[in-house]
Amino acid sequence: MLEIKNLSYNIVESDKENNILKNINTYFEDGKIYVITGPNGSGKSTLSKIIMGILQPTEGQVFFNGQDITTMSINERAKLGISYAFQQPVTFKGLKVRELLDVASGKKNTVDKLCDYLSMVGLCAKEYINRPLDDKLSGGELKRIELAMVLARNSKLNIFDEPEAGIDLWSFEQLTKIFTSLKNSCNIIVSHQKKILEIADVIILLRDGQIEKIGSLNEISPLLNSRTCHKLQGEKDE
Amino acid sequence: MNNIEQKLLEKIADLHKIPSGAFNLRKNGQAAVRNTTKDIDIRPKKNKSGIDIFVKPNVKNKSVHIPVIITVGGLSDLVYNDFYIGHDADVLIIAGCGIHNNTCKTSMHNGIHTFHIGANAKVKYIEKHVGEGSGSGGKILNPVTKIFMKENSFMEMETLQLEGVTSTIRRTNAKLYDNATLHIQENILTTDEQTAKTQFKVELLGKDSRVEVVSHSVAKDSSYQEFKSDLIGKNQCFGHVECDGIILNKARIVSTPMIDAIDSNASLIHEAAIGKIAGDELIKLMTLGLSQEEAEDMIIQGFLLG
Repeated sequence: MLEIKNLSYNIVESDKENNILKNINTYFEDGKIYVITGPNGSGKSTLSKIIMGILQPTEGQVFFNGQDITTMSINERAKLGISYAFQQPVTFKGLKVRELLDVASGKKNTVDKLCDYLSMVGLCAKEYINRPLDDKLSGGELKRIELAMVLARNSKLNIFDEPEAGIDLWSFEQLTKIFTSLKNSCNIIVSHQKKILEIADVIILLRDGQIEKIGSLNEISPLLNSRTCHKLQGEKDE
Repeated sequence: MNNIEQKLLEKIADLHKIPSGAFNLRKNGQAAVRNTTKDIDIRPKKNKSGIDIFVKPNVKNKSVHIPVIITVGGLSDLVYNDFYIGHDADVLIIAGCGIHNNTCKTSMHNGIHTFHIGANAKVKYIEKHVGEGSGSGGKILNPVTKIFMKENSFMEMETLQLEGVTSTIRRTNAKLYDNATLHIQENILTTDEQTAKTQFKVELLGKDSRVEVVSHSVAKDSSYQEFKSDLIGKNQCFGHVECDGIILNKARIVSTPMIDAIDSNASLIHEAAIGKIAGDELIKLMTLGLSQEEAEDMIIQGFLLG
């Protein structure tokens, strides 16, 4: 499905080169949930943005179903079947929820269909479809509509950048249900949240821009709980 | 009416045929068709070009259409339309002007509209301006709107100018008395070498009078837009001006909001933001499969028409 080969991403700040990602090699298979986790600044979101084409890697390649997509634009990747949910949902002046869901799904939807998308994220369609997707909506509402847009696309590969951030308590159980229901696609979730890690088939632990370990939650857990790694959200203090 | 005239009428007034209510069509500088009703009278002015529109007190849920179309080159049209809205009336007024100019001579329409809005009356006023035609002659529209709002009256004014108008100077002056409320939404798109200048002057004279001015402008290519607003608070009142502009290519937008709180109980706010289309908005729409050009178009459409 998706393969990443020898991928690096460097930026130059104040004449100093900063290696955000260093020689990443990994692959993602159909029908599985992958969670990319790691401390803040480990390069998780950067990796997800490179897969979507929002950032271009300094070195290395990205293959999607055997096709080299490294230099493809964002919309070309979207058309191949890659979707992306932003950590900070984007707002627009004047564009309505219904218009954005129509663009996402590639067709003009009936109210019933829009209702299906929005009810999956716990929203009542009638209250939302004609509202502008602007900052008058709460952070939680924006986040759910962001998820609904990805669901409306019915893509082969879905990328969710910290989907739990800012979401209200509608919430976690429904969110994890959504991810586990997406069985026909490959799903990559950037997350710190313990409950999200628990539904992962594979966890990729990043540290300082490198893959420290790839494995199941049991295999990764000792590293997560070590002093040198981050503390998961939702985890009780010992 | 020929095909060009019919299409202009659709664009500026959403009219597919002559409506059954009060109506006045001005075509190429002359009154063409006029309907009056028992509630709304339209009379031609005696000493200058234009009409007086009288809406009787207490008339509810009625509409008046007063479109202007120009389909010839080299015409300079000046018209005075005065509206007298009776107390407690509730009306929708649809104006607008369309110029279709296939010639090399400039055509121009200067519409001076004055609204006298009675106590407790409610008015929604929609004005669309369109320029089109293959000729090199200018399509110029210079509307002036004067508004006098009595106690507890309410007015909502929507103006929309999309592509095609070579140049425009739009002036709006309003005086609001006790508890009167005025909402203005102005949306303008300019392209090529077009210019659009708008000036608002609103005097909040009455206690608890309120005004809200929202301007959304998009300037493309080498076009130029100017937005000037002047809110003057002479009583306990509230005023808010918001000017949002999107610039593309080599276009320029200048915004000059001025607020003057003469009374210490006046509360006046202005906000202005001009810039390119936000990069994250483009990226978001591209992740949904739109090209950059399609994403730009969708954002501009939503910004102007949403």
